[in-house]
Amino acid sequence: MNAGKIKQILLLTDGCSNQGEDPAAVAAFANEKGITVNVIGILEHESNRGKGMKEVENIAASGGGVSQLVYASQLSQTVQMVTKQAMTQTLQGVVHGELRQILGEEREMEDLPPDKRGEVMEVVDDLGETVNLEVLILVDTSASMKPKLPMVQEALSDLSISLNSRTGNNNFALFLFPGKRKDTEKVLDWTPKINSLTDTFHRLTTGGVTPTGPALKSALYHFEKRRGKRSLIDDGEDEFPIEESGF
Amino acid sequence: MMEKMNFQSKNQASKLSAGTKWVGKWNKNPYRIIRTLGSGATGVVYLVETRSGQRAVKIGENKMSLTSEINVLKHFSKVRGNVLGPSLLDVDDIEIRGEMYPFFCMEYLKGEPLLDFAKKRGTEWVPVFIVQLLGDLDRLHQEGWVFGDLKPENLIITGPPSRVRWFDVGGTTKQGRAIKEYTEFYDRGYWGLGDRKAEPSYDLFSTAMIFIQTAYPHRFKKPADAGSDNLELLRRYISHSPPLLPYKKILIHALKGKYTDAQLMKKELMEAIDNRTAPKKTVEKQSRSVQPKRHRKKTKSKKYKEPQSFRTELILTASFLFLSSVLYFMGQWM
Ligand SMILES: Nc1ncnc2c1ncn2[C@@H]1O[C@H](COP(=O)(O)OP(=O)(O)O)[C@@H](O)[C@H]1O
Repeated sequence: MNAGKIKQILLLTDGCSNQGEDPAAVAAFANEKGITVNVIGILEHESNRGKGMKEVENIAASGGGVSQLVYASQLSQTVQMVTKQAMTQTLQGVVHGELRQILGEEREMEDLPPDKRGEVMEVVDDLGETVNLEVLILVDTSASMKPKLPMVQEALSDLSISLNSRTGNNNFALFLFPGKRKDTEKVLDWTPKINSLTDTFHRLTTGGVTPTGPALKSALYHFEKRRGKRSLIDDGEDEFPIEESGF
Repeated sequence: MMEKMNFQSKNQASKLSAGTKWVGKWNKNPYRIIRTLGSGATGVVYLVETRSGQRAVKIGENKMSLTSEINVLKHFSKVRGNVLGPSLLDVDDIEIRGEMYPFFCMEYLKGEPLLDFAKKRGTEWVPVFIVQLLGDLDRLHQEGWVFGDLKPENLIITGPPSRVRWFDVGGTTKQGRAIKEYTEFYDRGYWGLGDRKAEPSYDLFSTAMIFIQTAYPHRFKKPADAGSDNLELLRRYISHSPPLLPYKKILIHALKGKYTDAQLMKKELMEAIDNRTAPKKTVEKQSRSVQPKRHRKKTKSKKYKEPQSFRTELILTASFLFLSSVLYFMGQWM
Protein backbone atom coordinates (compact mmCIF):
# COMPACT_ATOMS: atom_id res chain seq x y z
CA MET A 1 0.00 0.00 0.00
CA ASN A 2 1.31 3.43 -0.82
CA ALA A 3 0.43 6.01 1.75
CA GLY A 4 1.99 8.93 -0.08
CA LYS A 5 2.65 11.88 2.10
CA ILE A 6 1.32 13.25 5.36
CA LYS A 7 0.94 16.99 5.82
CA GLN A 8 0.65 18.64 9.16
CA ILE A 9 0.63 22.08 10.65
CA LEU A 10 1.91 22.13 14.20
CA LEU A 11 0.86 25.18 16.16
CA LEU A 12 2.55 26.08 19.44
CA THR A 13 0.79 28.78 21.39
CA ASP A 14 0.04 29.85 24.93
CA GLY A 15 -3.29 31.47 24.63
CA CYS A 16 -5.95 33.42 22.90
CA SER A 17 -5.77 34.76 19.43
CA ASN A 18 -6.83 38.40 19.32
CA GLN A 19 -6.53 39.44 15.73
CA GLY A 20 -7.97 38.34 12.43
CA GLU A 21 -10.29 35.49 11.55
CA ASP A 22 -11.24 32.56 13.77
CA PRO A 23 -8.33 30.13 13.73
CA ALA A 24 -10.70 27.17 14.07
CA ALA A 25 -12.31 28.09 10.77
CA VAL A 26 -8.95 28.23 9.03
CA ALA A 27 -8.07 24.89 10.59
CA ALA A 28 -11.29 23.35 9.33
CA PHE A 29 -10.46 24.60 5.87
CA ALA A 30 -6.93 23.18 6.08
CA ASN A 31 -8.40 19.86 7.06
CA GLU A 32 -10.55 19.95 3.95
CA LYS A 33 -7.38 20.31 1.96
CA GLY A 34 -5.83 17.25 3.54
CA ILE A 35 -3.65 19.12 6.00
CA THR A 36 -4.02 18.16 9.64
CA VAL A 37 -3.72 20.91 12.24
CA ASN A 38 -2.24 19.90 15.59
CA VAL A 39 -2.03 22.30 18.48
CA ILE A 40 0.08 22.35 21.58
CA GLY A 41 -1.07 24.71 24.29
CA ILE A 42 1.74 25.77 26.56
CA LEU A 43 0.63 26.32 30.13
CA GLU A 44 2.17 28.71 32.59
CA HIS A 45 0.56 27.23 35.68
CA GLU A 46 -2.79 25.69 36.52
CA SER A 47 -4.53 29.04 36.42
CA ASN A 48 -4.34 29.70 32.71
CA ARG A 49 -6.16 26.53 31.79
CA GLY A 50 -9.02 28.76 30.73
CA LYS A 51 -10.32 30.32 27.58
CA GLY A 52 -7.15 30.22 25.55
CA MET A 53 -6.91 26.53 26.14
CA LYS A 54 -10.42 25.95 24.95
CA GLU A 55 -9.33 27.56 21.71
CA VAL A 56 -6.43 25.15 21.48
CA GLU A 57 -8.81 22.21 21.56
CA ASN A 58 -11.17 23.81 19.09
CA ILE A 59 -8.52 24.50 16.52
CA ALA A 60 -7.21 20.94 16.62
CA ALA A 61 -10.69 19.44 16.56
CA SER A 62 -11.59 21.49 13.51
CA GLY A 63 -8.23 20.76 11.95
CA GLY A 64 -8.69 17.00 12.30
CA GLY A 65 -5.64 16.86 14.51
CA VAL A 66 -4.45 16.27 18.02
CA SER A 67 -4.16 18.79 20.83
CA GLN A 68 -2.36 18.67 24.09
CA LEU A 69 -1.87 21.07 26.96
CA VAL A 70 1.54 20.97 28.52
CA TYR A 71 3.95 22.83 30.75
CA ALA A 72 6.95 24.25 28.97
CA SER A 73 9.25 21.85 30.78
CA GLN A 74 7.56 18.82 29.21
CA LEU A 75 7.43 20.25 25.76
CA SER A 76 9.92 17.95 24.05
CA GLN A 77 8.09 14.73 24.78
CA THR A 78 4.77 16.26 23.94
CA VAL A 79 5.75 17.76 20.62
CA GLN A 80 7.06 14.53 19.19
CA MET A 81 4.21 12.55 20.71
CA VAL A 82 1.53 14.75 19.23
CA THR A 83 3.17 14.71 15.81
CA LYS A 84 3.49 10.94 15.76
CA GLN A 85 0.02 10.46 17.14
CA ALA A 86 -1.51 12.60 14.47
CA MET A 87 0.45 10.72 11.87
CA THR A 88 -0.77 7.38 13.19
CA GLN A 89 -4.27 8.71 13.32
CA THR A 90 -4.17 9.72 9.68
CA LEU A 91 -2.63 6.41 8.66
CA GLN A 92 -5.12 4.39 10.63
CA GLY A 93 -7.82 6.29 8.84
CA VAL A 94 -6.31 5.41 5.48
CA VAL A 95 -5.78 1.78 6.39
CA HIS A 96 -9.22 1.55 7.81
CA GLY A 97 -10.64 2.97 4.62
CA GLU A 98 -8.85 0.35 2.56
CA LEU A 99 -9.95 -2.28 4.99
CA ARG A 100 -13.58 -1.45 4.63
CA GLN A 101 -13.31 -1.81 0.91
CA ILE A 102 -12.14 -5.35 1.49
CA LEU A 103 -14.35 -6.25 4.42
CA GLY A 104 -17.45 -4.36 3.46
CA GLU A 105 -18.99 -1.32 5.05
CA GLU A 106 -20.42 -3.05 8.06
CA ARG A 107 -17.22 -4.46 9.44
CA GLU A 108 -15.27 -2.56 12.04
CA MET A 109 -11.79 -3.16 13.26
CA GLU A 110 -12.96 -4.62 16.54
CA ASP A 111 -15.12 -7.18 14.78
CA LEU A 112 -11.93 -8.75 13.55
CA PRO A 113 -10.45 -11.59 15.53
CA PRO A 114 -7.37 -10.55 17.54
CA ASP A 115 -4.98 -12.08 15.00
CA LYS A 116 -6.26 -10.00 12.13
CA ARG A 117 -6.30 -6.87 14.26
CA GLY A 118 -2.62 -7.41 14.87
CA GLU A 119 -1.93 -7.65 11.17
CA VAL A 120 -3.73 -4.38 10.51
CA MET A 121 -1.71 -2.72 13.27
CA GLU A 122 1.50 -3.92 11.67
CA VAL A 123 0.49 -2.31 8.42
CA VAL A 124 -0.11 0.97 10.24
CA ASP A 125 3.27 0.65 11.96
CA ASP A 126 5.01 -0.03 8.66
CA LEU A 127 3.42 2.99 7.07
CA GLY A 128 4.29 5.20 10.02
CA GLU A 129 7.90 4.24 9.59
CA THR A 130 8.12 4.83 5.86
CA VAL A 131 5.61 7.53 4.99
CA ASN A 132 6.92 10.93 4.00
CA LEU A 133 6.02 13.72 6.35
CA GLU A 134 5.74 17.46 5.95
CA VAL A 135 5.39 19.50 9.11
CA LEU A 136 4.96 23.22 9.07
CA ILE A 137 5.65 24.51 12.56
CA LEU A 138 3.92 27.68 13.60
CA VAL A 139 5.21 29.29 16.77
CA ASP A 140 3.38 31.97 18.69
CA THR A 141 5.96 34.58 19.70
CA SER A 142 3.66 37.04 21.38
CA ALA A 143 5.19 38.63 24.48
CA SER A 144 4.00 36.01 26.97
CA MET A 145 5.78 33.30 24.99
CA LYS A 146 9.19 34.87 25.34
CA PRO A 147 10.38 32.90 28.41
CA LYS A 148 9.23 29.66 26.80
CA LEU A 149 11.10 30.04 23.56
CA PRO A 150 14.27 28.22 24.66
CA MET A 151 12.07 25.21 25.50
CA VAL A 152 10.34 25.51 22.15
CA GLN A 153 13.67 25.53 20.42
CA GLU A 154 14.78 22.42 22.25
CA ALA A 155 11.50 20.65 21.59
CA LEU A 156 11.84 21.31 17.88
CA SER A 157 15.31 19.84 17.61
CA ASP A 158 14.04 16.91 19.64
CA LEU A 159 11.22 16.47 17.16
CA SER A 160 13.75 16.46 14.38
CA ILE A 161 15.70 13.69 16.13
CA SER A 162 12.59 11.55 16.53
CA LEU A 163 11.29 11.95 13.04
CA ASN A 164 14.65 11.66 11.35
CA SER A 165 15.15 8.32 13.08
CA ARG A 166 12.43 7.01 10.76
CA THR A 167 13.04 5.60 7.31
CA GLY A 168 10.61 7.98 5.62
CA ASN A 169 11.58 11.47 4.53
CA ASN A 170 10.75 14.57 6.52
CA ASN A 171 10.40 18.18 5.64
CA PHE A 172 10.07 20.94 8.15
CA ALA A 173 9.28 24.61 7.78
CA LEU A 174 9.16 27.14 10.58
CA PHE A 175 6.96 30.21 10.79
CA LEU A 176 6.66 32.66 13.65
CA PHE A 177 3.78 34.98 14.41
CA PRO A 178 3.35 37.88 14.80
CA GLY A 179 6.06 38.75 12.31
CA LYS A 180 8.06 41.95 12.14
CA ARG A 181 5.93 43.64 9.53
CA LYS A 182 3.43 40.99 8.55
CA ASP A 183 1.22 38.65 10.57
CA THR A 184 3.62 35.84 9.99
CA GLU A 185 7.30 35.54 9.39
CA LYS A 186 8.93 32.63 7.64
CA VAL A 187 12.21 31.80 9.34
CA LEU A 188 12.92 28.39 7.87
CA ASP A 189 11.76 27.14 4.49
CA TRP A 190 11.31 23.43 3.76
CA THR A 191 14.29 21.57 5.08
CA PRO A 192 14.86 17.94 6.11
CA LYS A 193 16.42 18.79 9.49
CA ILE A 194 15.85 21.35 12.19
CA ASN A 195 19.09 22.13 13.90
CA SER A 196 20.55 25.58 13.84
CA LEU A 197 17.59 27.37 15.32
CA THR A 198 19.57 28.98 18.10
CA ASP A 199 20.06 32.19 16.19
CA THR A 200 16.50 32.43 15.06
CA PHE A 201 15.09 32.48 18.55
CA HIS A 202 17.78 34.69 19.97
CA ARG A 203 17.26 37.49 17.52
CA LEU A 204 13.56 37.44 18.07
CA THR A 205 11.58 40.46 19.06
CA THR A 206 8.34 39.30 20.55
CA GLY A 207 5.19 41.16 19.67
CA GLY A 208 1.98 42.09 21.40
CA VAL A 209 -0.83 40.75 19.25
CA THR A 210 -1.65 37.13 18.53
CA PRO A 211 -2.98 36.76 14.98
CA THR A 212 -3.42 32.99 15.12
CA GLY A 213 -6.01 32.81 12.35
CA PRO A 214 -4.02 34.79 9.78
CA ALA A 215 -0.90 32.85 10.74
CA LEU A 216 -2.62 29.54 10.05
CA LYS A 217 -3.73 30.97 6.76
CA SER A 218 -0.22 31.80 5.65
CA ALA A 219 0.88 28.34 6.72
CA LEU A 220 -1.80 26.86 4.54
CA TYR A 221 -0.81 29.11 1.70
CA HIS A 222 2.77 27.98 2.03
CA PHE A 223 1.72 24.37 1.55
CA GLU A 224 -0.28 25.33 -1.50
CA LYS A 225 2.58 27.27 -3.00
CA ARG A 226 4.80 24.25 -2.62
CA ARG A 227 2.30 22.03 -4.30
CA GLY A 228 1.75 24.55 -7.08
CA LYS A 229 5.42 24.86 -7.82
CA ARG A 230 5.95 21.16 -7.80
CA SER A 231 3.07 20.25 -10.01
CA LEU A 232 4.74 22.19 -12.81
CA ILE A 233 7.51 19.63 -12.69
CA ASP A 234 5.69 16.44 -11.87
CA ASP A 235 2.01 16.07 -11.53
CA GLY A 236 2.00 12.58 -10.17
CA GLU A 237 2.56 13.38 -6.51
CA ASP A 238 0.90 10.87 -4.25
CA GLU A 239 -1.54 12.61 -2.04
CA PHE A 240 -3.95 11.26 0.45
CA PRO A 241 -7.45 11.01 -0.79
CA ILE A 242 -8.50 13.51 1.84
CA GLU A 243 -10.07 15.84 -0.63
CA GLU A 244 -13.56 15.43 0.72
CA SER A 245 -14.47 15.45 4.31
CA GLY A 246 -17.42 14.57 6.41
CA PHE A 247 -17.25 17.69 8.50
CA MET B 1 -9.49 16.87 21.56
CA MET B 2 -10.52 14.33 24.10
CA GLU B 3 -7.36 12.90 25.46
CA LYS B 4 -7.42 14.90 28.66
CA MET B 5 -10.77 13.55 29.59
CA ASN B 6 -9.81 10.16 28.45
CA PHE B 7 -6.67 10.26 30.47
CA GLN B 8 -8.53 10.89 33.67
CA SER B 9 -11.40 8.51 33.18
CA LYS B 10 -10.86 5.20 34.88
CA ASN B 11 -11.53 2.43 32.51
CA GLN B 12 -13.77 -0.50 33.14
CA ALA B 13 -10.98 -3.03 32.96
CA SER B 14 -9.36 -1.59 36.07
CA LYS B 15 -12.41 -2.22 38.18
CA LEU B 16 -12.49 -5.97 38.03
CA SER B 17 -12.42 -7.38 41.52
CA ALA B 18 -10.93 -10.57 42.86
CA GLY B 19 -13.10 -13.56 42.07
CA THR B 20 -14.35 -12.18 38.74
CA LYS B 21 -14.70 -15.01 36.24
CA TRP B 22 -14.96 -14.93 32.48
CA VAL B 23 -14.56 -17.01 29.36
CA GLY B 24 -12.70 -15.60 26.37
CA LYS B 25 -14.89 -14.64 23.42
CA TRP B 26 -12.92 -16.43 20.71
CA ASN B 27 -10.94 -19.21 22.35
CA LYS B 28 -13.32 -19.94 25.21
CA ASN B 29 -10.64 -20.33 27.88
CA PRO B 30 -11.90 -19.74 31.44
CA TYR B 31 -10.24 -17.25 33.80
CA ARG B 32 -10.67 -16.20 37.42
CA ILE B 33 -9.05 -13.12 38.91
CA ILE B 34 -6.93 -13.61 42.01
CA ARG B 35 -5.71 -10.02 42.39
CA THR B 36 -4.42 -6.97 40.54
CA LEU B 37 -0.69 -7.01 39.79
CA GLY B 38 -0.30 -3.55 38.46
CA SER B 39 -1.58 -1.12 35.94
CA GLY B 40 0.36 0.49 33.20
CA ALA B 41 -0.04 2.73 30.24
CA THR B 42 -1.96 0.37 28.04
CA GLY B 43 -3.91 -1.73 30.46
CA VAL B 44 -4.27 -3.46 33.78
CA VAL B 45 -2.45 -6.63 34.70
CA TYR B 46 -4.15 -9.24 36.89
CA LEU B 47 -2.97 -12.42 38.48
CA VAL B 48 -5.43 -15.08 37.35
CA GLU B 49 -6.18 -18.73 37.85
CA THR B 50 -6.43 -20.70 34.63
CA ARG B 51 -6.86 -24.37 33.79
CA SER B 52 -3.11 -24.74 33.81
CA GLY B 53 -2.33 -22.71 36.93
CA GLN B 54 -1.52 -19.12 37.84
CA ARG B 55 -0.90 -16.72 35.00
CA ALA B 56 -0.85 -12.99 34.36
CA VAL B 57 -3.52 -11.40 32.19
CA LYS B 58 -3.33 -7.93 30.75
CA ILE B 59 -6.62 -6.33 29.80
CA GLY B 60 -6.42 -3.42 27.39
CA GLU B 61 -7.75 0.08 27.96
CA ASN B 62 -9.75 -0.01 24.78
CA LYS B 63 -10.30 -1.94 21.61
CA MET B 64 -7.06 -1.21 19.84
CA SER B 65 -4.65 -1.16 22.75
CA LEU B 66 -2.26 -4.04 23.36
CA THR B 67 -2.12 -4.86 19.67
CA SER B 68 1.52 -3.82 19.25
CA GLU B 69 2.54 -5.59 22.42
CA ILE B 70 0.78 -8.77 21.37
CA ASN B 71 2.42 -8.61 17.96
CA VAL B 72 5.85 -8.46 19.55
CA LEU B 73 5.13 -11.24 22.04
CA LYS B 74 3.87 -13.35 19.18
CA HIS B 75 7.11 -12.88 17.28
CA PHE B 76 9.03 -13.81 20.41
CA SER B 77 7.06 -16.96 21.03
CA LYS B 78 8.42 -18.25 17.74
CA VAL B 79 11.96 -17.83 19.01
CA ARG B 80 13.58 -20.90 20.53
CA GLY B 81 13.96 -20.92 24.29
CA ASN B 82 11.47 -18.11 24.52
CA VAL B 83 13.27 -15.99 27.07
CA LEU B 84 12.73 -12.72 25.29
CA GLY B 85 9.66 -11.80 27.28
CA PRO B 86 6.96 -13.44 29.33
CA SER B 87 5.66 -16.27 27.16
CA LEU B 88 2.37 -15.57 25.45
CA LEU B 89 -0.33 -18.12 26.21
CA ASP B 90 -3.63 -16.77 24.89
CA VAL B 91 -4.98 -13.74 23.03
CA ASP B 92 -8.68 -13.01 23.24
CA ASP B 93 -11.43 -10.52 24.04
CA ILE B 94 -13.39 -10.09 27.27
CA GLU B 95 -16.81 -8.52 27.64
CA ILE B 96 -17.12 -6.08 30.54
CA ARG B 97 -20.50 -4.43 31.04
CA GLY B 98 -21.45 -4.83 27.43
CA GLU B 99 -18.14 -3.59 26.01
CA MET B 100 -15.44 -5.71 24.44
CA TYR B 101 -11.85 -5.32 25.63
CA PRO B 102 -8.82 -7.14 24.30
CA PHE B 103 -6.67 -9.16 26.67
CA PHE B 104 -3.78 -11.56 26.58
CA CYS B 105 -2.58 -14.17 28.98
CA MET B 106 1.11 -14.60 29.70
CA GLU B 107 3.50 -16.26 32.06
CA TYR B 108 3.31 -14.84 35.60
CA LEU B 109 6.65 -13.35 36.57
CA LYS B 110 6.81 -13.44 40.33
CA GLY B 111 9.42 -11.21 41.87
CA GLU B 112 10.56 -7.84 43.01
CA PRO B 113 11.34 -4.63 41.09
CA LEU B 114 15.03 -4.17 40.31
CA LEU B 115 15.52 -1.02 42.38
CA ASP B 116 13.77 -2.45 45.45
CA PHE B 117 15.83 -5.57 45.21
CA ALA B 118 19.09 -3.65 44.90
CA LYS B 119 18.17 -1.52 47.88
CA LYS B 120 17.42 -4.48 50.08
CA ARG B 121 20.05 -6.91 49.06
CA GLY B 122 23.00 -4.70 48.24
CA THR B 123 24.40 -2.91 45.25
CA GLU B 124 26.81 -5.74 44.51
CA TRP B 125 23.85 -7.47 42.87
CA VAL B 126 23.44 -4.74 40.31
CA PRO B 127 26.36 -5.56 38.00
CA VAL B 128 25.28 -9.19 38.02
CA PHE B 129 21.79 -8.27 36.89
CA ILE B 130 23.21 -6.00 34.24
CA VAL B 131 25.26 -8.92 32.95
CA GLN B 132 22.10 -11.04 32.79
CA LEU B 133 20.24 -8.23 31.08
CA LEU B 134 23.00 -7.81 28.51
CA GLY B 135 22.81 -11.51 27.72
CA ASP B 136 19.07 -11.23 27.07
CA LEU B 137 19.52 -8.06 25.06
CA ASP B 138 22.10 -9.76 22.92
CA ARG B 139 19.62 -12.50 22.07
CA LEU B 140 16.92 -9.94 21.39
CA HIS B 141 19.25 -7.99 19.11
CA GLN B 142 20.26 -11.10 17.25
CA GLU B 143 16.61 -11.70 16.50
CA GLY B 144 16.52 -8.28 14.87
CA TRP B 145 14.79 -6.30 17.62
CA VAL B 146 15.60 -3.48 20.00
CA PHE B 147 13.81 -3.21 23.35
CA GLY B 148 13.43 0.58 23.26
CA ASP B 149 11.73 1.62 26.47
CA LEU B 150 14.19 -0.09 28.77
CA LYS B 151 13.88 1.16 32.37
CA PRO B 152 13.80 -0.25 35.90
CA GLU B 153 9.99 -0.29 35.95
CA ASN B 154 10.05 -2.80 33.15
CA LEU B 155 12.46 -5.12 34.92
CA ILE B 156 11.68 -7.62 37.62
CA ILE B 157 13.92 -9.91 39.60
CA THR B 158 12.45 -13.39 39.71
CA GLY B 159 13.75 -16.28 41.73
CA PRO B 160 15.47 -17.66 43.63
CA PRO B 161 17.77 -18.11 41.86
CA SER B 162 17.67 -14.40 41.19
CA ARG B 163 17.28 -13.57 37.56
CA VAL B 164 16.32 -10.35 35.83
CA ARG B 165 13.36 -10.60 33.47
CA TRP B 166 11.52 -7.95 31.52
CA PHE B 167 7.88 -7.35 30.75
CA ASP B 168 6.12 -4.68 28.80
CA VAL B 169 7.54 -5.35 25.38
CA GLY B 170 5.14 -2.83 23.80
CA GLY B 171 8.04 -0.55 22.90
CA THR B 172 10.10 -3.23 21.21
CA THR B 173 11.02 -2.05 17.75
CA LYS B 174 12.44 -3.74 14.67
CA GLN B 175 16.05 -2.77 14.10
CA GLY B 176 16.56 0.11 11.70
CA ARG B 177 13.25 1.76 12.52
CA ALA B 178 12.47 4.68 14.78
CA ILE B 179 12.17 3.73 18.47
CA LYS B 180 8.47 3.31 19.25
CA GLU B 181 8.50 4.34 22.89
CA TYR B 182 11.01 5.78 25.25
CA THR B 183 11.36 7.46 28.61
CA GLU B 184 13.52 10.57 28.59
CA PHE B 185 15.95 9.61 31.32
CA TYR B 186 16.96 6.42 29.49
CA ASP B 187 16.83 7.95 26.01
CA ARG B 188 20.05 8.97 24.36
CA GLY B 189 18.17 11.49 22.23
CA TYR B 190 17.14 13.37 25.37
CA TRP B 191 20.75 13.58 26.54
CA GLY B 192 21.87 14.74 23.12
CA LEU B 193 24.00 11.63 22.76
CA GLY B 194 22.43 10.04 19.73
CA ASP B 195 19.33 9.58 17.61
CA ARG B 196 16.29 7.38 18.11
CA LYS B 197 17.09 4.74 15.57
CA ALA B 198 16.51 1.23 16.83
CA GLU B 199 19.96 -0.29 16.97
CA PRO B 200 21.69 -2.32 19.72
CA SER B 201 23.63 0.69 21.00
CA TYR B 202 20.31 2.38 21.81
CA ASP B 203 19.47 -0.31 24.39
CA LEU B 204 23.03 -0.30 25.70
CA PHE B 205 22.73 3.40 26.46
CA SER B 206 19.54 2.73 28.42
CA THR B 207 21.24 -0.14 30.21
CA ALA B 208 24.04 2.19 31.32
CA MET B 209 21.46 4.69 32.57
CA ILE B 210 19.67 1.97 34.54
CA PHE B 211 22.99 1.02 36.09
CA ILE B 212 23.61 4.65 37.02
CA GLN B 213 20.13 5.02 38.41
CA THR B 214 20.62 2.18 40.87
CA ALA B 215 23.04 4.55 42.62
CA TYR B 216 20.77 7.60 42.19
CA PRO B 217 17.21 6.36 42.70
CA HIS B 218 15.80 9.81 42.09
CA ARG B 219 16.27 10.43 38.43
CA PHE B 220 18.26 13.59 37.93
CA LYS B 221 17.68 15.95 35.06
CA LYS B 222 19.88 17.37 32.40
CA PRO B 223 20.76 21.05 32.80
CA ALA B 224 18.37 23.49 31.20
CA ASP B 225 21.17 25.08 29.22
CA ALA B 226 21.04 23.59 25.74
CA GLY B 227 24.75 23.87 25.17
CA SER B 228 25.72 21.90 28.27
CA ASP B 229 28.05 18.93 28.14
CA ASN B 230 25.74 16.16 29.26
CA LEU B 231 28.31 13.44 28.91
CA GLU B 232 30.53 15.31 31.34
CA LEU B 233 27.63 15.58 33.77
CA LEU B 234 26.97 11.83 33.61
CA ARG B 235 30.65 11.18 34.01
CA ARG B 236 30.60 13.18 37.24
CA TYR B 237 27.62 11.27 38.58
CA ILE B 238 29.47 8.03 37.93
CA SER B 239 32.69 9.26 39.53
CA HIS B 240 30.88 10.37 42.67
CA SER B 241 29.34 7.01 43.33
CA PRO B 242 31.54 4.29 44.86
CA PRO B 243 29.41 1.41 43.52
CA LEU B 244 29.60 2.81 39.98
CA LEU B 245 33.20 3.90 39.91
CA PRO B 246 34.73 0.51 39.07
CA TYR B 247 32.56 0.34 35.96
CA LYS B 248 33.13 3.88 34.84
CA LYS B 249 34.97 3.03 31.66
CA ILE B 250 32.32 0.57 30.54
CA LEU B 251 29.49 2.93 31.38
CA ILE B 252 31.04 5.82 29.50
CA HIS B 253 31.69 3.60 26.54
CA ALA B 254 28.04 2.58 26.47
CA LEU B 255 26.86 6.16 26.92
CA LYS B 256 28.96 7.21 23.97
CA GLY B 257 27.40 4.48 21.85
CA LYS B 258 30.75 2.82 21.31
CA TYR B 259 29.54 -0.72 21.95
CA THR B 260 27.92 -2.01 18.83
CA ASP B 261 26.76 -5.21 20.46
CA ALA B 262 25.64 -6.32 23.90
CA GLN B 263 27.98 -9.30 23.95
CA LEU B 264 31.07 -7.13 24.08
CA MET B 265 29.74 -4.93 26.85
CA LYS B 266 28.76 -8.03 28.77
CA LYS B 267 32.23 -9.50 28.42
CA GLU B 268 33.96 -6.34 29.64
CA LEU B 269 31.55 -5.98 32.51
CA MET B 270 32.22 -9.54 33.61
CA GLU B 271 35.94 -8.89 33.55
CA ALA B 272 35.46 -5.77 35.63
CA ILE B 273 33.40 -7.71 38.18
CA ASP B 274 36.13 -10.35 38.30
CA ASN B 275 38.78 -7.73 38.97
CA ARG B 276 36.80 -6.29 41.80
CA THR B 277 35.45 -9.28 43.60
CA ALA B 278 38.74 -11.14 43.85
CA PRO B 279 40.53 -10.09 47.06
CA LYS B 280 39.22 -6.71 48.18
CA LYS B 281 36.61 -7.07 50.88
CA THR B 282 36.79 -3.42 51.85
CA VAL B 283 35.28 -2.16 48.66
CA GLU B 284 32.27 -4.34 49.12
CA LYS B 285 31.70 -3.02 52.61
CA GLN B 286 31.77 0.45 51.26
CA SER B 287 29.00 -0.16 48.81
CA ARG B 288 26.91 -1.81 51.49
CA SER B 289 27.35 1.09 53.84
CA VAL B 290 25.39 3.27 51.46
CA GLN B 291 22.36 1.12 52.05
CA PRO B 292 20.82 1.88 55.44
CA LYS B 293 19.81 5.44 54.72
CA ARG B 294 17.86 4.61 51.65
CA HIS B 295 16.53 1.47 53.23
CA ARG B 296 14.47 3.36 55.74
CA LYS B 297 12.34 5.23 53.29
CA LYS B 298 11.08 2.05 51.72
CA THR B 299 10.45 3.79 48.46
CA LYS B 300 8.19 1.90 46.17
CA SER B 301 9.04 1.59 42.54
CA LYS B 302 5.91 3.56 41.77
CA LYS B 303 7.73 6.61 42.99
CA TYR B 304 10.27 6.47 40.24
CA LYS B 305 7.55 6.54 37.67
CA GLU B 306 7.40 10.26 38.26
CA PRO B 307 8.84 11.81 35.09
CA GLN B 308 6.32 9.66 33.47
CA SER B 309 6.90 7.75 30.34
CA PHE B 310 5.37 9.74 27.54
CA ARG B 311 4.05 6.44 26.46
CA THR B 312 1.37 6.39 29.09
CA GLU B 313 -0.32 9.23 27.40
CA LEU B 314 0.64 8.16 23.95
CA ILE B 315 -0.99 4.79 24.17
CA LEU B 316 -4.06 6.03 25.93
CA THR B 317 -4.65 8.81 23.55
CA ALA B 318 -3.50 7.06 20.43
CA SER B 319 -5.93 4.27 20.98
CA PHE B 320 -8.73 6.58 21.87
CA LEU B 321 -7.92 8.76 18.92
CA PHE B 322 -7.98 5.74 16.74
CA LEU B 323 -11.55 5.13 17.72
CA SER B 324 -12.49 8.67 16.99
CA SER B 325 -10.60 8.58 13.74
CA VAL B 326 -12.50 5.50 12.71
CA LEU B 327 -15.70 7.41 13.13
CA TYR B 328 -14.29 10.41 11.42
CA PHE B 329 -12.97 8.59 8.42
CA MET B 330 -16.17 6.69 8.11
CA GLY B 331 -17.63 9.99 7.17
CA GLN B 332 -14.79 10.78 4.84
CA TRP B 333 -14.64 7.82 2.59
CA MET B 334 -18.27 7.35 1.94
N1 LIG C 1 3.94 -11.17 33.34
C1 LIG C 1 3.83 -10.46 34.46
N2 LIG C 1 4.00 -11.05 35.67
C2 LIG C 1 3.88 -10.32 36.80
N3 LIG C 1 3.60 -9.01 36.87
C3 LIG C 1 3.41 -8.36 35.72
C4 LIG C 1 3.52 -9.04 34.46
N4 LIG C 1 3.29 -8.14 33.49
C5 LIG C 1 3.06 -6.97 34.11
N5 LIG C 1 3.13 -7.07 35.43
C6 LIG C 1 2.92 -5.99 36.42
O1 LIG C 1 1.98 -5.08 35.93
C7 LIG C 1 2.53 -3.76 35.84
C8 LIG C 1 2.07 -3.06 34.58
O2 LIG C 1 2.44 -3.81 33.45
P1 LIG C 1 3.13 -3.19 32.19
O3 LIG C 1 3.24 -4.26 31.18
O4 LIG C 1 4.37 -2.47 32.59
O5 LIG C 1 2.04 -2.17 31.76
P2 LIG C 1 2.19 -1.00 30.69
O6 LIG C 1 2.84 -1.61 29.50
O7 LIG C 1 0.76 -0.65 30.40
O8 LIG C 1 2.98 0.06 31.36
C9 LIG C 1 4.01 -3.94 35.87
O9 LIG C 1 4.66 -2.87 36.44
C10 LIG C 1 4.17 -5.21 36.68
O10 LIG C 1 4.23 -4.91 38.05
